[in-house]
Amino acid sequence: MARYLFRRMLSLALSLLAASLVIFLVIEVVPGDPASYMLGLNASPETVDALRDQLGLNAAAPARYLSWIWGMAQGDFGLSYTYKVPVSGLVAQRLEVSLPLALYALGLSALVAFPAGLLAAARRGRLADTAVMGATQLGISLPNFWFAMLLVLVFALHWRIFPAGGFPGWDGGIGAGLAALTLPAIALALPQAAILARVLRSALIETEGQDYIRTARAKGLTRTQTMIRHALRNAMIPVLTILGMQFSFLLAGAIIIENVFYLPGLGRLIFQAITQRDLIVVESVVMILVFAVILVTFLVDLAYALIDPRLRRRA
Amino acid sequence: MTLLSVRDLSLSVGPAPILSEVSFDMAEGEVFGLVGESGSGKSMTALALMGLLPGNARVTGAARFGAIDLLAQGEGAMTRLRGRDIGMIFQEPMTALNPMKTIGDQVAETLLIHRAASRGAAREAAREKLDRVGLPGDRFPLSLYPHELSGGQRQRVAIAMAIALRPKLLIADEPTTALDVTTQAQILDLLGGLVRHEGLALMLITHDLAVVAGMAERLAVMQRGRIVEAGGTEALFRAPSQDYTRRLLAASGHRPARAARTAGQHSAPLLHVEDAVREYILPRPSALAPHPRLRAVDGVSFSIGAGESLGLVGESGCGKSTLTRAILGLDPLQGGSIRLGGSTVAVGRIMPAALRARMQAVFQDPYGSFNPRHSVGRLVSEPFHLTGRPPDADDRIAAALEEVGLAAADRHRYIHEFSGGQRQRIAIARALIIRPDLIVLDEAVSALDVRVRAQVLDLLARLQESHGMAYLFISHDLSVVRALTDRVLVMQSGRIVEAGPTERVFASPDHPYTRRLIAATPTIPAAWKEAAHAD
Repeated sequence: MARYLFRRMLSLALSLLAASLVIFLVIEVVPGDPASYMLGLNASPETVDALRDQLGLNAAAPARYLSWIWGMAQGDFGLSYTYKVPVSGLVAQRLEVSLPLALYALGLSALVAFPAGLLAAARRGRLADTAVMGATQLGISLPNFWFAMLLVLVFALHWRIFPAGGFPGWDGGIGAGLAALTLPAIALALPQAAILARVLRSALIETEGQDYIRTARAKGLTRTQTMIRHALRNAMIPVLTILGMQFSFLLAGAIIIENVFYLPGLGRLIFQAITQRDLIVVESVVMILVFAVILVTFLVDLAYALIDPRLRRRA
Repeated sequence: MTLLSVRDLSLSVGPAPILSEVSFDMAEGEVFGLVGESGSGKSMTALALMGLLPGNARVTGAARFGAIDLLAQGEGAMTRLRGRDIGMIFQEPMTALNPMKTIGDQVAETLLIHRAASRGAAREAAREKLDRVGLPGDRFPLSLYPHELSGGQRQRVAIAMAIALRPKLLIADEPTTALDVTTQAQILDLLGGLVRHEGLALMLITHDLAVVAGMAERLAVMQRGRIVEAGGTEALFRAPSQDYTRRLLAASGHRPARAARTAGQHSAPLLHVEDAVREYILPRPSALAPHPRLRAVDGVSFSIGAGESLGLVGESGCGKSTLTRAILGLDPLQGGSIRLGGSTVAVGRIMPAALRARMQAVFQDPYGSFNPRHSVGRLVSEPFHLTGRPPDADDRIAAALEEVGLAAADRHRYIHEFSGGQRQRIAIARALIIRPDLIVLDEAVSALDVRVRAQVLDLLARLQESHGMAYLFISHDLSVVRALTDRVLVMQSGRIVEAGPTERVFASPDHPYTRRLIAATPTIPAAWKEAAHAD
């Protein structure tokens, strides 16, 4: 197990290094000079050059790469060109919205998907299965911004249970914050839950066909018992893979939903940064997202090993 | 005292009838053999008794087990019965255990599910049962996972699970078919001991007549969902009343008629293997230690003459498949050399296509060795990529199919339309079509039923007679090697421990390992067979 951990950590560090290099190089070749963008069309070349010096843009590329990496290692992501504030503060502020939103959506998705997937697999080919499969088909095909607007109409405008948009911050209490995130989380969770339920159902059905399920039945387990005690754990591997991918997506992919609900999340930050050529913010946010994805992959790998004893010994 | 009395058991799945009017009795504490070829309905009979049939199956008839009728019980009653009164083990020990749970938990589960013991007591019972099936606690703690055990050991765990609550009846469905001969002998010995000492009755389902001959007091022979003949084992073997039984018996010891060849009559060897070494690099035991190496093939030397038939026998893990891959030029050697007709066999493009075309292979699995999306004609003509497609390719495809007993028109069909035996014929046609000098047959008949196996063996003997190619016949099954080869090599732990003319090696083996292999091979007593032949 220790070797498995060590190898995973090593691959995590290497992936991060490779990703940082790629991000840096891509940003290098992207057209648009932040200095001239900040100063506007009428700025003289001398002023622009002075600002480039001040921003450190005139140094050689390797030196800038190293100072960027070194800065990040110390938690210093540099200054935003447009907002003139540290990027770390900017990102931290946005993560306060995006991270809880992603976790909230993921939790809701799992809460719906597990019972639905189990039910559909247990009642395969019967009414409950057909109903779940139909609902998931709908969940996958409905655009989530449309569903979000529907939620706003019903729960915010008609019944006034949840706010229609905006985020009050966490200072006003956890309740108000969660309330603001509830509708967006539901909108985000719907397609994810549908996908997850389908993956769980097909993984369970595949596992149900295995020889050891027949062995378990020959021992006297009921169908439900074999599903819970033997099939579920074996079916968790593909489910975990999907869960990991969904979390990574939810963290930054919520941009449309953030716009519908006026949430100051990571997705909107990166969108604004790109339109304003705030390359340092783009670089840093992408790097943080890459880190998050790699970290989640690492955690999913760990979970695999906890579930499947065969992985613990190998590699 | 009758334990189980099956009357007119009929079964259909959808519109297809699977079983018709199957009737038999089993006494307490007896070993009852249920024999038949694949698809004869023997496994379905067992699953019907266990109430584990697929959902769309319809069953009629009765199966009295003590005071109750198994076929009339609801699912709830059957779950209480399964594992407590009737235990069952299956063919595939490698997949029969849950890979995610320890063997201790899996054995204890039998007791827990029937609320026969507390958690602690169930673990103690699991320990005791694992000891009983030959997995002592010092080497096999309860915390082991199935992947840490061999196939034979896993089958022992499955048996421990099945007997944990001392059922009155144990159904064993092909319990040793996937195992090596020596492991098979040990498992059969264990099952026999359980019957004698624990007083359980054993229903032994197998396609192997020799296995029942040594185990069962009585047996029933099944064909196409019916019991065609039943009776005391010895009497039935000595004087089978049904033609089908007679053909099964004849096929089980079948030896194709073939002219004996001797190695001496050929001057230059066709295939020459010299000091072949094949090593695998294993993971490091610790971060800085060197990689340990596993010598799967350890200095093997032998040669095959043109037109000769050489057997290679050994148990799984002895290195015979690894050696085969090296001979076919699929894996590199770490030492020694392999030469075919004087040219070196190597991995990759260094080995010229013309040299590769001189040998072809037929593998074990008739279901996995074809691309299901290609027509049979395309599959059979595949080796032409080594020689270039000849102008008369179509005629040669037709000829190759006809030679193996299929029709030329079969080339337009797809592989799923054929039975296992037919598929193996197609594999032989594919190997034959470019007229190689050597065909490597890796367990080529091991997955086939006895009668089909006998036919394929005849076909192989006839083809060798007419085309004069050499065979390297690799198998764990001594009887088929004996039937088809002139010389035999016995392999153990990567080395050839004995080599010689087949008849001599089987009649008077020198090496203790060869003797052990031969002793472990189940046989039908010669006296029984003579009587049958005289019939």
